[in-house]
Amino acid sequence: MMNNQPTPGKALRWFDPRHRQPGTWAFILNRITALGLTLYLALHLIMLGKLAQGPEAYDSFIALAKTPWVKFGELLVISAGLIHGLNGIRIALTSFGIGVTVQRQLFWSFLTLALIGSAIFGYFMFFVH
Amino acid sequence: MTDRLWHVTFSIYRKKADQPPFYQDFSLEVDPDEYVLDGIERIWAFHDRSLTFRHACHHSTCGACGMLVNGVEKLTCITPIREVTKDGGKIRVEPLRNFPILSDLVVDMSEFYLRMEQAHALQVVPVAQSTLPYESLRFPDDGLPHERLNDCIECGMCVSACPIALTAANYQGPAALAAAQQTYSLTSEKSLLALVDCADGVWRCHSGFECTAVCPSNVDPAWRIMELRRQVIRHRIKRIFRQDG
Repeated sequence: MMNNQPTPGKALRWFDPRHRQPGTWAFILNRITALGLTLYLALHLIMLGKLAQGPEAYDSFIALAKTPWVKFGELLVISAGLIHGLNGIRIALTSFGIGVTVQRQLFWSFLTLALIGSAIFGYFMFFVH
Repeated sequence: MTDRLWHVTFSIYRKKADQPPFYQDFSLEVDPDEYVLDGIERIWAFHDRSLTFRHACHHSTCGACGMLVNGVEKLTCITPIREVTKDGGKIRVEPLRNFPILSDLVVDMSEFYLRMEQAHALQVVPVAQSTLPYESLRFPDDGLPHERLNDCIECGMCVSACPIALTAANYQGPAALAAAQQTYSLTSEKSLLALVDCADGVWRCHSGFECTAVCPSNVDPAWRIMELRRQVIRHRIKRIFRQDG
C-alpha cells in the first residue's frame, strides 16, 4: 500500500509541466529562476575574486565578459531576475487574498512585463553599449 | 446519444496487493457522449470482473469516482469520452495521486477523511452563505433557516493535483484547508486557526492553484487557502494588541 504516496523524493516531478496549469508553470519558473540566480551569485563572487589576483587577471575577465555568449548569459540573469521578482509580487499579492481570482491574468501580465524588460535590456546590451 | 460509435482503447492501471503495477488495454466500441465511468463499468462487466474502482451516484454528488484520466484529475461520471480522446484514441485511467493504492483504481482515503473531520468540514451549509463571497450570483437571505448540501463532495482530486501534497505527506491539503476556512467563516471557531497556522497548514501551499483547476464542484480551494491566511494573520495581529479573547 506504499506506492503512490507523497515523498520528498518526488520533488523532481514539480518540474513536470505536462497537464498543468499556469499556476504550476509560474511555480516551476520561480524555482528554475531561483536556482539560476543562486548559481549566478556564486559565479559572481568567484569573478570578483579575480580582483585579488591582480589587474591582469581582472582585465582578462573583463575581456571575456564582453564576448557575446557571456553577454547572453547576463541577459538570462536579467530575465531570471525580472521573472522571479515580478512573479514574487504576484505570489505576495495572492497569498494575502489580493487578486486570487485573477491570478492567471496576473501571471501572464507579469511574464509579459518581464519579457518586455528583457528585450529592452537586450537592446541596450547588444546594440547600444 | 450519437449515431456513430468510436473505437477507443482504455489503458487501465492495474495493481493487486504487493504485485508490481502494469497497464492493461481494453478495446471498446463506445458512444463518444458516454462518460469515462461508463467505459470502466463495461470493462468490469464484460471483460474483467477483477477490476476494482469506486463509484456510486453517477451524477457528481458522491465524489467516489475521481481518477486520473490522461494525466488529469477527472470525476469520471461527468467526463464525456469525447472530451478526453478521439475516435481510435486511447484513454489512460489511473488512480488518484498522493494516496496509497489499495487495488487497481481504488485508493485509501481514510487519512483524507480524518483531516476533513479535524477541519470540522460541514455536510450542510446555510443557503445564504453557501456561495463564494466573490461570486456575483448570491442567494438572498430571507431570514429562514434554509440549508443545502455543501459544495465539497470530498472527492480528493484537489489533493491528487496538488504539487505540494506530492512531496509533503503531512500537508493538511487543499480540501481540509478549504473546509477549515468555510467552517471558520460560518462559526468563528478559533481552534481552526490554530489547527491550520503551522508549517503543514496554510503556509505549506506554494500557490500552484492546481486544486482549484481540477475541483469538479464550486469550492475554489486555492481562494479559500489564501483567505484563511488572511484570517490567520488578522488573528495574530489582534492577539498582539490584545483585542482578541
